[in-house]
Amino acid sequence: MANHANAMNKVKILVVGDSGVGKSSLVHLICHGQCLSNSSWTIGCSVEVRVHEYREGTPSQRPYFVELWDVGGSNSHKNARHVFYNPVHGIILVHDLTNRKSQQNLRRWLSEILLREGGGTKSRIPLVDDFDAEQFGGFSQVYGMKKLPVFVVGTKQEQVAEFRTSGRVRSSSIADECAADEITVNTLDQRSLAPGSSNAVRLSRFFDKVIERQQTTTSRTDGGFSYLERENPMFRRNKATSSFVVTG
Amino acid sequence: MGILIDSAIMTGSMLIFFIGGWMWFVKKIFRDYEVHNTLVQLFFPMIFMLSCAMFELIIFEIAAVLESGSRYLYWQVVLYSMLIMLILVIPFYLCHFAVSNIRMVSREWVNLLSVLTWGVFMVCFWKIGDPFPILSTQHGILSIEQSISRIGVIGVTVMAALSGFGAVNYPYTSMNIFMRPVTKHDIQAQERRLLQTIDVIVNKKKRIALAEKERITSKVGDESGSRSRIWGLLRSVTASSPQGESLSTLKQEVAALEELSRQLFLESVELQNQRERLEWASTFQGRFFNFMGYFFSLYCSWKIFISLVNIVFDRVGRKDPVTKGMEIAVHWLGFDIDVQFWSQHISFFLVGCIILTSIRGFILTLTRFFYAVSSSKSSNIIVLVLAQLMGMYFVSMVMLMRMNMPLEYRTIITQVLGDLQFHFYHRWFDVIFLVSALTTMGILYLAHKQVNTSDKTESFYEPKW
Repeated sequence: MANHANAMNKVKILVVGDSGVGKSSLVHLICHGQCLSNSSWTIGCSVEVRVHEYREGTPSQRPYFVELWDVGGSNSHKNARHVFYNPVHGIILVHDLTNRKSQQNLRRWLSEILLREGGGTKSRIPLVDDFDAEQFGGFSQVYGMKKLPVFVVGTKQEQVAEFRTSGRVRSSSIADECAADEITVNTLDQRSLAPGSSNAVRLSRFFDKVIERQQTTTSRTDGGFSYLERENPMFRRNKATSSFVVTG
Repeated sequence: MGILIDSAIMTGSMLIFFIGGWMWFVKKIFRDYEVHNTLVQLFFPMIFMLSCAMFELIIFEIAAVLESGSRYLYWQVVLYSMLIMLILVIPFYLCHFAVSNIRMVSREWVNLLSVLTWGVFMVCFWKIGDPFPILSTQHGILSIEQSISRIGVIGVTVMAALSGFGAVNYPYTSMNIFMRPVTKHDIQAQERRLLQTIDVIVNKKKRIALAEKERITSKVGDESGSRSRIWGLLRSVTASSPQGESLSTLKQEVAALEELSRQLFLESVELQNQRERLEWASTFQGRFFNFMGYFFSLYCSWKIFISLVNIVFDRVGRKDPVTKGMEIAVHWLGFDIDVQFWSQHISFFLVGCIILTSIRGFILTLTRFFYAVSSSKSSNIIVLVLAQLMGMYFVSMVMLMRMNMPLEYRTIITQVLGDLQFHFYHRWFDVIFLVSALTTMGILYLAHKQVNTSDKTESFYEPKW
């Protein structure tokens, strides 16, 4: 079984958002199909794994491991979070529908991930507070990164009726700007992500997109090495084959 | 005519304070939350406005701006509104929010329960005054002396605790001798350990996920198969028991590893904080603060010593520093100065400085505290608690300020606040200051020692897998 686990391919998706929006509940719901009964603030990063059937229903169906890295959102741990950001193949942005500020803060989260991922251990990069869709594309060019697939989730859907006078919930602007798919869930209800529901279908489509992107980029230069391995002087870049070679 | 101009000045300045407090609240404190309740948004700036108005009146008293009759009137207005807010309004809303946050309570009971809780709060508030020799017994139950005295006790406690903490913490954070050296290598080693731990966790979770999936599919296969039930039962028992055992041990290992990863992450956060402090210490600001830190630690040790002396020898009736300075200048150093003129200006300057630095320090501390403590559920309650604390803090600051002003300016405060035993408050301040400073020293010493020993043992630690 251990061999089987190592032989299967995997992708890594970051789940980020402000503190208290419901990331841990969401991840638990996605991976275990059940609601999280005792939620507490996530310290550091909590990883859950889901076995996802890539291209389900087609002859080329293959199981993939989807690792959901649920990064704790408290501000006091900001300076050490960057170690989790590299490498990443997809991003799930989570915001609280009852708190509009958490939605606006998603931009900061996205820029934090993109800048830290490209910068390694550099800490002097000024974080950009607001940026527009052009800059999102611009980041890709400047930092030589692939455009990461993004998925936006709004939580606490059941509490929205208390706070909003208008019935419909406006779609978040960041989803439009990044051309990302968006769903709203109630993390206390198992049926939000029941297999076959539209939310679950969109989520599967997002996972497929992430896997496709990862497949096209593993043939590229960086080869998916983590930043730790890049920083280590033992790894030297072989210019001929553009791959990393262990020396010493 | 005079009173019209005075009213205009006062209302204008109070409007400015209100807007300032509101901007601070929206931009800094409630930065990450959406305000659902407009009342909460109003209370905080209102308390801030009333506090600043009190200080403004003190400054006007010293600088002799406005007529004394109108000053007294405004003192009464500000003080009464402050008292109503602090004792009646804010506690009621606090109880209301606290009760509605409890999930088990249904809608109709919320109002009743909040009134009851508020009643309990009022009784406790009254009982606070009993053990302290705060005031003489001539006053009736509903006089403002009763309420001010109790507010004063709480406010002075908060003030003294914060001063004690600040007095010890400031030298500790700004002086370089307390900072530990942290190299890039240390941080990278820590991060490598963290990522290795997480890799192991992920691998184990993958095995668990695969095992669970196989268990589900084999269960489905059994149900739809045509084998006899006993054969299927035997198979499932023998096949799943080694699986089941290893699954539960895997899950236990994962739980232990996750706890380890949390510890490693927190240590990594601490290392990054140390590195940032070291970087800051090499900047101009850092070096300046380091230099000032030496002076400040001298001042703090002197303050602690003086508090001890005050308590032990029960010193009463200290002269304010201005008059004392004047006496020294005139009698001992032989300066020939116009005492009246200079004492007014110097006390104006001194009191102004104290007020401004206290407000600024309080604002910064409050903001940081709110960021550290708040969450999306409790943000309303915390804002109200902070508004309450702020009101009590500033009222007691006015009370204690009396000692810093020369005799002729003290009368207005004595007049307005009533005949309280001011000496008690100073003694109480000294006691709490001493306790808080010593406690902070003890805690910082323990934390410093623990971090130093953990540094030494880190080099022995290596992951065993």
